[in-house]
Amino acid sequence: MNVVIIDYGAGNIKSLQFAFKRLGVAAKLTSIPEEISVADKVIFPGVGEASSAMEMLKKSKLDLLIPTLKQPVLGICLGMQLLCNSSEEGSTNGLGIFNTEVKQFSTVVKVPQMGWNTITNLKSGLFKNIKEDAFMYLVHSFYAVTNAQTIATTHYDLDYASALQHNNFYGVQFHPEKSGEIGAQLLRNFLTLE
Amino acid sequence: MLTKRIIPCLDIKNGRTVKGINFKQLRDAGDPVELAKRYADMGADELVFLDISATLEERNTTLEMVLKVAEHINIPFTVGGGISSIEDVDRLLKSGADKVSVNSSAIKNPELINALSNKFGKQCITVAIDAKEIDGEWIVHLAGGSIPTKLNMFDWAKEVESRGAGEILFTSMNNDGTKSGFANSALAKLSQSLNIPIIASGGAGTIQHFVAAFTLGQADAALAASVFHFNEITIPDLKRELQNKGIPMRL
Repeated sequence: MNVVIIDYGAGNIKSLQFAFKRLGVAAKLTSIPEEISVADKVIFPGVGEASSAMEMLKKSKLDLLIPTLKQPVLGICLGMQLLCNSSEEGSTNGLGIFNTEVKQFSTVVKVPQMGWNTITNLKSGLFKNIKEDAFMYLVHSFYAVTNAQTIATTHYDLDYASALQHNNFYGVQFHPEKSGEIGAQLLRNFLTLE
Repeated sequence: MLTKRIIPCLDIKNGRTVKGINFKQLRDAGDPVELAKRYADMGADELVFLDISATLEERNTTLEMVLKVAEHINIPFTVGGGISSIEDVDRLLKSGADKVSVNSSAIKNPELINALSNKFGKQCITVAIDAKEIDGEWIVHLAGGSIPTKLNMFDWAKEVESRGAGEILFTSMNNDGTKSGFANSALAKLSQSLNIPIIASGGAGTIQHFVAAFTLGQADAALAASVFHFNEITIPDLKRELQNKGIPMRL
């Protein structure tokens, strides 16, 4: 299977590549549009700051390519957030796949949320063989507001969308590559999506 | 609900774990990958590798170790020790570390925290603070706690947060190695005055000490080394007992 991880300079993607390697899949890091277009599965990662990540996408014209992709795409962490309409982080527009906004946690809670939290209201094949209230590893200061495309929620400060889906686009706020065996199961599920 | 984290800490020199580690099941107790894997399987929430290498050559071996750990371990891990530049952090993150922990270099050059946070994001920048209570005041120390600075620990922690640290690893030098419990009053004061997560370190001896760090100390995570390495407390027992005491745990 031809799996690519979009490499646009946003953060540590080595762990993701290793996570696929543990599943027996050699995922390729690339920023070349032709390679991304023909892949069977596309991973859209990202850590760091939203507006600068968006700038990097624009510089490489990936902001135009990503919304046209037809194969399963998985946005992870900031990748998921950039697939939303907009983010309060650096007041940037997103790619507009997910019809929701990304907002900052209030100071009632510690920010960033860092550690293991549960995912509930699971609603997609992405969660096959994953139980309600499974634990995933999260590190983030901004969250996506729940909407009709929400396929998992997590509670921190409030109930927010920890996973979203629109057609072939999937997004998860947590890091499956760092979430033990359950995270590995999610990546396995993603690889089997049509 | 966000759970509290239990973090074993491994000292690394020349790419190998140091300090006697008493796991009979391990073929090679000095192999960080095997040990890390074992802790991950036992339910550790994260791992911290503290590089105590003295030479550049040894440090390069550590980078290779980080790469191997990232390849085999599917939980997050932090690398600390001797990190003093953007390039150091870049190399570690590119080798697969999830977070880095800076200590002395941040005290000598506080701007480093801003630079790292801006470049890599606050989520991967932990600032480690070693402090000792002297005549009622918590004073930040350098070089593994041996050299006092003029910095008040609470002032420094505030500054570190405002410069963009994502979390603080607070080691009490009064408690470290004593197995008499964590510095819970100082921990609670830190936790109340800051809005980023606090990892408690120094003093773990019994399960009750962990309970106190999370309740009295209001810590977000607790780190320990020897009680885990010498099997005095096993992680599954610890997490079950904490859960029984009403502290949210990932089980």
